[in-house]
Amino acid sequence: MSWNFNDDRPIYVQLMEQIQLRILSGVYKIGDKLPSVRDMASDASVNPNTMQKALTELERTGLVFSQRTSGRFITEDSNMINDIRNNLAKEQIEKFLCSMQKIGYTKQETIKLIENISKEME
Amino acid sequence: MNNDENKILSDSTETITTSSSTNSRMDNNPILECKNLFKTYANSEALKGIDLTINRGRIVGLLGPNGSGKSTLIKLANGLLTPTSGEILIAGNKPGIETKKIVSYLPERTYLNDWMKVSDMINFFKDFYDNFNPDKAYEMLQKLNINPNDKLKTMSKGTKEKVQLILVMSREADLYLLDEPIAGVDPAARDYILNTIITNYNENATIIISTHLISDIERVLDDVVFISYGKIFLTKSVDEIRETEGKSVDTLFREVFRC
Repeated sequence: MSWNFNDDRPIYVQLMEQIQLRILSGVYKIGDKLPSVRDMASDASVNPNTMQKALTELERTGLVFSQRTSGRFITEDSNMINDIRNNLAKEQIEKFLCSMQKIGYTKQETIKLIENISKEME
Repeated sequence: MNNDENKILSDSTETITTSSSTNSRMDNNPILECKNLFKTYANSEALKGIDLTINRGRIVGLLGPNGSGKSTLIKLANGLLTPTSGEILIAGNKPGIETKKIVSYLPERTYLNDWMKVSDMINFFKDFYDNFNPDKAYEMLQKLNINPNDKLKTMSKGTKEKVQLILVMSREADLYLLDEPIAGVDPAARDYILNTIITNYNENATIIISTHLISDIERVLDDVVFISYGKIFLTKSVDEIRETEGKSVDTLFREVFRC
């Protein structure tokens, strides 16, 4: 998974989102220790201060936590991760339904279409 | 948009703290301070009253159109020029012998001798600066496929720039002043160099980079200083600009300084 940034939003916010995605998709696993700020900053080619800010903000949400001497870890609370995953899925589906509406499909038509296409793909 | 106080503060909650922050050498005075700084050349005013405070542990982009005073400011900080009036302080001291020990400067033009080999220059730097780390220099040379036995004379412009930047970044300094560091370097090496900068610098050190290649370096910067006609136009953090303006520093620069 590579890091991508767009131009119009703060970098630390984009880092937060992408770290979150890495956690949801299991690149970083539940309860695992995160790499050091420096290593993560280098991996994403960003300023270590910016990475630090992103991680501090993620700590505030509870998704990661730090242990004074041993570093920063991903939460062991699988319910929390599932909640975030569900919320993200909901957002994506809402967005998708909106775009389908724009090209003239009702919700029912869209759902039907999804069923048909997923059958074809099997 | 002009700030009354051009202060770039390092928010203590955001600064990275590691074991080295307990280093007794670390103090909290700003690394660079300008107070009503003026510099006049024979028939032109290069700097017209600069007030600027830059704290430790920041990577700062010094951005401005051609002739706005960027290099003049850097040369003043390095003691190559003296102020016409006002004051410039490095860690609380006027530029001089003491400050040169803690400032590592990359000039716009090369001052290295053409006939020298890279390894000669490394020895030269080692003799000259107590805080020069030759191992670091050799490691970077290897990564960028530069042969230490090559003479500067035989190198392309971009390679020469790389060598010079490697020498400057291999010093363990408190303040790095980089005047147009990556202009002649290809994009792949540029990425490597930027990565080297962010992974190697000590978290209490400050790096000031003057450049036109804003979009390339934007994401490694903490803060930017826009300078225009010898005055500070704006000082802000990159994320603050993106948050309040909804655009990148590069885009903002193009809008502000549209010709």
